[in-house]
Amino acid sequence: MPHPSARQSSRSALTRRIGPGLTNRLATDEGFSPEAALGSPGADTSPVPNQPLLHLEQLWIQVAGTLCNLSCTHCFVSAGPNEGRHAMLSREDVAARVAEAVAMGVREIYLTGGEPFLNPSIEGIVEDTLELAPVTLLTNGTLFTPHRTRWLAATTRSSRYSLELRVSLDGTDAASHDAFRGAGSWRRTLDGLRALEAAGLLPIVTLTRPAHVDASELAARAHAALAAEGVPAARLKLLPMFTLGRETRRPGHAPPPPSLAALPAEAFDPNRLQCGTCRAVTSRGVFVCPLLVDEPGGRMGDTLAESARAFPLAHGACSTCWATGMTCAND
Amino acid sequence: MTERVASTRLALFGGVYANLPALEAVLADIASRGAEPGWCLGDLGGFGPDPEECVNLLRARAVPTVQGNYDHSIGHRLADCACGYTDPDDQRFAQLSYDFTDARVSEASRAWLRALPAEVRFEFAGRRVLLCHGSPRRQNEFLWESAASEPFLEWLCREHDADLLVCSHTGLHWHRALSSGRHVVNAGATGRPAHDGRPGAWYAELTVREGALEVSFRHVTYDTERLAARMDAQGLPPEFSETVRTGWWTTCFGSLPVRERIAAADARLAAAPQSR
Ligand code: SF4
Repeated sequence: MPHPSARQSSRSALTRRIGPGLTNRLATDEGFSPEAALGSPGADTSPVPNQPLLHLEQLWIQVAGTLCNLSCTHCFVSAGPNEGRHAMLSREDVAARVAEAVAMGVREIYLTGGEPFLNPSIEGIVEDTLELAPVTLLTNGTLFTPHRTRWLAATTRSSRYSLELRVSLDGTDAASHDAFRGAGSWRRTLDGLRALEAAGLLPIVTLTRPAHVDASELAARAHAALAAEGVPAARLKLLPMFTLGRETRRPGHAPPPPSLAALPAEAFDPNRLQCGTCRAVTSRGVFVCPLLVDEPGGRMGDTLAESARAFPLAHGACSTCWATGMTCAND
Repeated sequence: MTERVASTRLALFGGVYANLPALEAVLADIASRGAEPGWCLGDLGGFGPDPEECVNLLRARAVPTVQGNYDHSIGHRLADCACGYTDPDDQRFAQLSYDFTDARVSEASRAWLRALPAEVRFEFAGRRVLLCHGSPRRQNEFLWESAASEPFLEWLCREHDADLLVCSHTGLHWHRALSSGRHVVNAGATGRPAHDGRPGAWYAELTVREGALEVSFRHVTYDTERLAARMDAQGLPPEFSETVRTGWWTTCFGSLPVRERIAAADARLAAAPQSR
């Protein structure tokens, strides 16, 4: 079935308090083009917008550090089998961070890496965290053993909070996906998705959308490909490609977008970006968002309380966020 | 000065969704419980066939009503309902309903919808009550039971000076008694069933007994077959009348969290094992 209005996941209608005269259709349906959204780039000497932390809604915890069993060519945190820049977190580390966030009224917790299932304490971490808040687990879907699938199914059903699973794809067939993720990845991830389906679990499938690919066309292709692979009920979330981490070293990557310095002050809306409501924690401290954990300026302090201040949106990635209206969160 | 509500029983309902027989049945039930006139939490249009009649009935009965995102959009003649759906299929169905409602609402009703308050505050049994449609900060925010932590709900109540927060918008009813003694209630919807295989309407009833607050949800039935046939005859999508007939959602649940999604899937499987 065609998806005439598929688009990058847009927070437009969700993040704005509706006021008289505000049109409900915002410009995020267009393809990703920071230049078009920002006007002419270049005025990099002007100050960049400051993003206040409105309230901590989403806490990202890099439970596996940068350890991953894959080493995708575009990984924005450059994770891989030998990547130890950010260390794995213990069950106690995670509980302490969750407690800090709970004190601030956090709404939901995202557990990420690297690959969270490489953390030997992952089950305990998920169970502890689910006692306090909804949890989303972001995985490459290649490490679902039968035991783990049973555990996921039981935990999902017995918890009062949602345990969302997010499985990443980077293409709609083996060739395009494996080009990013390595030979055999597509097959292993689809086996994982089928195992979840058989256990009655309903993961969110995230899909990277390269800048030149039309969102509705990509969504239609993904639905068709997943249905053909026996994963018909997939919920889909499209994410833009960021020029960050390993992607900046991939031959042929897109040039980093210009900074938000060219954005007129009156055009800035503090409700548009996820960093108005999120922070990310790794073994190295608290960062503004899950995207900038390896970037200069991304670190905001040792504690969440220290990070509860405005952040200057100076990174090129901020332009990608602004132009697409994207969030790493589920909606 | 905050108004005090002296009665010991309150009825709250939302998500009328242009479903007149459901609204009539709920208002009749509220009357039979001695909780008249009840409070409406908005979204009078969408989904069903009779938006104008629903507005007229609420006005005739003088039911105090909070503005939903639908009411805001229709009142201001906006291009869509701003329900906040991100799934393309949801958006397509939402637009179909929106255009259907938009073509059937009078200027007088639009003016009334436009003028509805975004929130209502009063005092009930010594508690500061705040009624809103989505959340106190956003008319179209989804507050799902399984996707909002208790610390977050505490924060929301604190920020907005509420001891008892009542919302709607998601179509699923729930109640959380917070450890601080505050309460958050989602009154659910009258116009669309609760994705539980039970055709009919839901609303919330709040009772004070010896100072303690009790929250319960009432399920009210009406002639769903007759309504479904009318919806079919009016050219509304068959997916909508199927929901009325079966009690299961067929559209617009892309943002439903996994806990609620799996509970519905399991219940459905248990009810009709042969249908899967
Ligand atoms: S990369 Fe995106 S989420 Fe992170 S600080 Fe910049 S705008 Fe915010």
